[in-house]
Amino acid sequence: MSQTVPLSVPPQPGPWAVELVGIDKRFGPVHANKAVSLRIRAGSIHGLVGENGAGKSTLMSILYGFYQADEGQILVNGAEVRIREPKDAIALGIGMVHQHFMLVEEFTVLENLMLGAEGGALLKDGIRKARAEVERLEKAYRLDVPLDAKVADLNVGIQQRVEILKALYRGAQVLILDEPTAVLSPPEVQDLFRILDALRAQGRTILMITHKLKEIMAITDAVSVLRQGAVVASFHTQDTNEAALAEAMVGRRANPAVRRPGAPAGAPLLTVEDLSIFDERGVERLKRATFRVRAGEIVGVAGVAGNGQSELLEALSGMTPFQRGRVHVNGRDVTPESPMDPAQARRQGIAHVPEDRLRRAVVKPFPAFQNALLGYQDDPAMADGPRLNWKRVAAATARLMEDWDVRPRQPSLRTSLFSGGNQQKLVLGREMERDPNVLLVGQPTRGVDIGAIEFIHRRLLAMRDAGKAILLVSAELEEIMALSDRILVMCDGAITGELAAEDATEGLIGRLMAGITDDMEHGSRADAAGGAA
Amino acid sequence: MDDTALWIVSLLASTVRLATPLVLASLAGFYSERAGVVDIGLEGKMLTGAFAAAATAAVTGSPWAGLAAAIAASLLLALVHGFACITHRGDQVVAGVAINTIAAGLTAVLANAWFDLGGRTPSLDGGQRFLGLHFPLAEAVRGVPLLGRFYGEVIGGQNLLVYLAVLAVPATSWVAYRTRFGLRLRAVGENPAAVDTAGISVPWLRYRAVLITGLLCGVAGAYLSIAQGAGFQENMTAGKGYLALAALILGKWRPYPTLAGCLLFAATDALQARLQGVALPVVGAVPVQIIEVLPYILTVLLLAGFVGKSIPPKAAGQAYVKDR
Repeated sequence: MSQTVPLSVPPQPGPWAVELVGIDKRFGPVHANKAVSLRIRAGSIHGLVGENGAGKSTLMSILYGFYQADEGQILVNGAEVRIREPKDAIALGIGMVHQHFMLVEEFTVLENLMLGAEGGALLKDGIRKARAEVERLEKAYRLDVPLDAKVADLNVGIQQRVEILKALYRGAQVLILDEPTAVLSPPEVQDLFRILDALRAQGRTILMITHKLKEIMAITDAVSVLRQGAVVASFHTQDTNEAALAEAMVGRRANPAVRRPGAPAGAPLLTVEDLSIFDERGVERLKRATFRVRAGEIVGVAGVAGNGQSELLEALSGMTPFQRGRVHVNGRDVTPESPMDPAQARRQGIAHVPEDRLRRAVVKPFPAFQNALLGYQDDPAMADGPRLNWKRVAAATARLMEDWDVRPRQPSLRTSLFSGGNQQKLVLGREMERDPNVLLVGQPTRGVDIGAIEFIHRRLLAMRDAGKAILLVSAELEEIMALSDRILVMCDGAITGELAAEDATEGLIGRLMAGITDDMEHGSRADAAGGAA
Repeated sequence: MDDTALWIVSLLASTVRLATPLVLASLAGFYSERAGVVDIGLEGKMLTGAFAAAATAAVTGSPWAGLAAAIAASLLLALVHGFACITHRGDQVVAGVAINTIAAGLTAVLANAWFDLGGRTPSLDGGQRFLGLHFPLAEAVRGVPLLGRFYGEVIGGQNLLVYLAVLAVPATSWVAYRTRFGLRLRAVGENPAAVDTAGISVPWLRYRAVLITGLLCGVAGAYLSIAQGAGFQENMTAGKGYLALAALILGKWRPYPTLAGCLLFAATDALQARLQGVALPVVGAVPVQIIEVLPYILTVLLLAGFVGKSIPPKAAGQAYVKDR
């Protein structure tokens, strides 16, 4: 993105378009929204940032009528309203563009626009009216879309425009955008921002969920930060900066854990050079990552979720092929030409604890002892010839449960019946018991209770002290700072900085997470927009 | 020459008669499946409709009462299907198979219990059935070579339900592609989440589709027992529900191509009946069994790829769970 987005003049303080007052929502034991209050000015662009699971999407789903809040009020244009289903939201002039588009791919653009707003029992009259109205909207907002093309044939950027048009066609005055830029290439992001700017200029109100702080700085008028279901900060965008937002997102430590430095690190066990991953659209998701992890050290990877950390872990564990660079591990060279699959990675002494435990690390309906073997099912010690010896597996699992304090100690209990912390201990135990040289671990304590967190941290440090190399990816800055000997910070797929643990402060890490690599105070909105690529 | 012409006319007339229940049933399947509800239970609903029609016509003496009873019985089963698959998000195929099993057993048992004729209903006389309609001038033009007989026996001379089936095809096409209901119906079969976010009730839309399916299956059933036939026999649908489903797949879930599929199956069936015992050139007389399997071989061959890729509605077979 080399050009600055042309911005209209920020709106004068006007009336509130939407007010959320004390919104509270629980899903079973999960407290998704905790007494959230949020006010959005009419004719403004309001950003909503927060980590995954911070409650942003739940909040917006409540506003759009997908969920009902347990408590709290919603006011639209100053009047209290009840939104029971999307139909109510639409009638109130609220439109939503979902992260995963709600389009019928087999339909034409026009049919998609008309769905739910057909204007009569027969399509004929509606079609004529829709064409005229859509053409007017297209002109007003420079939203060019081919009305008669099949949606499946359009690229993602155009499909998103269709979604925006769909909301406008239904008369949306308030537009909710859920991570609108997640699927867009940089030029498409530029186009989107131009459209949003035009919408704001015409007095429409926009609520935008995003992970990307540069975009917040580039386009919004105000921004609210959600953390663990609560609004922790609200700013006028001009009064804040990316570093402050990043800090608010990940939070400050209440009582900092005391870091326990290890012995000086030894020889590098994992060397990564120039590693890049391109997605199917050719966008570089991981950009020339270069670093080393040595024996006896924990290298932490910090960053706002979705900035390349997951891709890094997946590339190193062999789950995703990479297109450029070289990984050297335990005497083996891995390149795009000679890739390594996860089984080979395990044989190479690389253990992997994936970020998403339930999707990638365990099979929920399996009994614990089967999950304790998963990935190591070729171990000859657990088999008699081709037949797995389940008795031996169960006995080994019982030992593992003892050693890792997995409760209840029932190897045959269904894995889904264990708590998150105990599932995680089972997975960590499985991966670490095999004495790997290199441990890749993602979000080791996500969804884990406090007691288990301490236990897991102790075991990671013990492994480090035993001279192993550990790469730790975590969304918890506190965890990164408590455990790591060195910290890598990622932003937008690239490593923006490397800090020794002694030098790391939250402020410094926060700036690097926002992609600010010099120590200058960051500049104006226009500057931020200019660098948003 | 004249013999050949007569043979062709009778073949065509027979094709139309055999195609009618297939057309009605496959259009029934069209509504359900385009709404995202796979319906393997067309067979069962048709069979139940056939039984209800014959039993009611036998008792009341009115084909109209029979038709109404067939529709009511089939609608009831459609509601069961909807209740299982839409309200309770059950597996659509399993629910459909259950309906077929229930229908096969229940109709035979009830027929035996009520009429004691070995699983049949009493034979119906003309007044209790839908008979062929006599078109004006049919007798007058009968003498016109070819066209006269064609007019009298293929175009005309069919019963009311045949014409209903013929009209159902353009009507379905019109509903599906020209009305608001049709747009929503097609949308909910492709992406129910899009329908839901547009503020439209997914369950209510699917229920309506399933009810139309029930209605058409009821008519198809009535056709078998009180129009084409003169009474109910055990398992008289004999796989027509599945054949209708095959025609729907062949027709790629579109009304007119589906009609073509039905006509093709019906023509093969009509031909099959006429080839039995006939000595063919070169091969001579072919055993009846081989001729009887012709329609099915044709089905397998066509479905195996002669019609190109047939892609079902994307959400077909999946219960809609509002979850994000």
